[in-house]
Amino acid sequence: MKLAAFLSQHGGEIFQATLEHVWLVALAMLLAIAIGVPLGILVARRPWLSKPILGSANVAETIPSLALFGFLLPVPWLGDRADRVAIAALTLYALLPIIRNTATGISGVDRSVREAARAMGMTERQILLRVELPLSLSTVIAGIRVATVLTIGVATIAAAVGSGGLGEFIFRGLAMVNNPLIMAGAIPAALLALTADFGLSLLERKLRPAR
Amino acid sequence: MSSEPNHPPGNQPIIEFQKAHYQLSNGKVLLKEVNFAVPRGETLVLLGRSGAGKTTALKLINRLLEPSSGQVCVEGRSTVDWDPIALRRRIGYVIQEAGLFPHYTVEQNVSLVPRLEKWPADRTEVRLKELFALVGLDAPEFRSRYPHELSGGQRQRVGVARALAADPPILLMDEPLGALDPLTRGEVRSELHDLQKRLKKTVVIVTHDIAEGLLLGTRIGLMEAGELRGIYSPDEFLHATEPIAAAYVAQLKMIQEAGEQK
Repeated sequence: MKLAAFLSQHGGEIFQATLEHVWLVALAMLLAIAIGVPLGILVARRPWLSKPILGSANVAETIPSLALFGFLLPVPWLGDRADRVAIAALTLYALLPIIRNTATGISGVDRSVREAARAMGMTERQILLRVELPLSLSTVIAGIRVATVLTIGVATIAAAVGSGGLGEFIFRGLAMVNNPLIMAGAIPAALLALTADFGLSLLERKLRPAR
Repeated sequence: MSSEPNHPPGNQPIIEFQKAHYQLSNGKVLLKEVNFAVPRGETLVLLGRSGAGKTTALKLINRLLEPSSGQVCVEGRSTVDWDPIALRRRIGYVIQEAGLFPHYTVEQNVSLVPRLEKWPADRTEVRLKELFALVGLDAPEFRSRYPHELSGGQRQRVGVARALAADPPILLMDEPLGALDPLTRGEVRSELHDLQKRLKKTVVIVTHDIAEGLLLGTRIGLMEAGELRGIYSPDEFLHATEPIAAAYVAQLKMIQEAGEQK
């Protein structure tokens, strides 16, 4: 099949699926950041929580993604709509790198800097917002970057529960033994992942504290 | 400094350790029921080897640590009765390697406490000018630099300026010259000496360097194994019979004699 003909036939559909894909990933990432960063701060503050929190996130990470989507289907409210299931599962996957990097970043702030901040009479909140988070931002972004790339990939599997996105093409292509159709899902997904990786790496480098 | 100590009756010491004891949760004792008082305007040098409890004593003053028993009073009030934030804003703190915020410029570092205290911008600006002149960093190009763009001596000067920013009555310094090379160390040491004469603040300095102690201290507190072994004027220290004090002095003399022989 000629590329041009293929694109003219499926171009609109691919574009639509890409938007759906971006939407799923973006929502899942927002949720994962909103949950993961505070958990990471908690882990850095209370090291004894590190095992239970990172352990749970680790377990979520090891559940095969297809199974995780399946497990979430019968959950009330979540299971009512496929995109909810997809977003919840993707959020769970994205948590581990975000929690881990936030905790690493905050614990990695130079002790003398933290001590100086306390001794200057900064409150715990000021130390967190003005010193610790700014200094660990690049590490946090690195975690978000890993999580985003991962989520873009896993989100293709979410099509199995009918959430839409680029995975639709892949599953359809697999069922019809139609390689171009698989490519129509795989290539835009790969491009999305590369773009996100590159964009976030730039941000990460920009925010890295000078030494 | 006048030769006669001037303590009018009723003039309470600005810092007072009363049987201040500090031990870790594992039972290790870092400070053993230490008693001493620092009158207003004095520079007390806590001298001792690593692990002698000097830094612990210092951190009890601005409540980075709280005594396990006994108490430490600042301006007549036990540190645990102070609001820790209010207490620390009245106490400047300088540490080895300066502990500057790497993501702040020199100006942002130095103006930190005035900003926390919500000073109006013009008052902060006047104060910044004074401070940069005071520590000899008045060239305008320094202000927008980041700590990693400065030399060790410059960083330490910025650290001192930051500690002095809100004009606190008390200044604590933990090995302020520890990370500097010998020449810079000498320079910054004599600058500190000048600064101290002009500012008349109450200063507590922690060091293991006897030369620093003799030059900067109006009194020297000798610490060993969590205990305060004695407090001496620099003159008394040179003739002290306490074995550890004598050992410090012997070190100093050895260096002098080595110099004279050559």
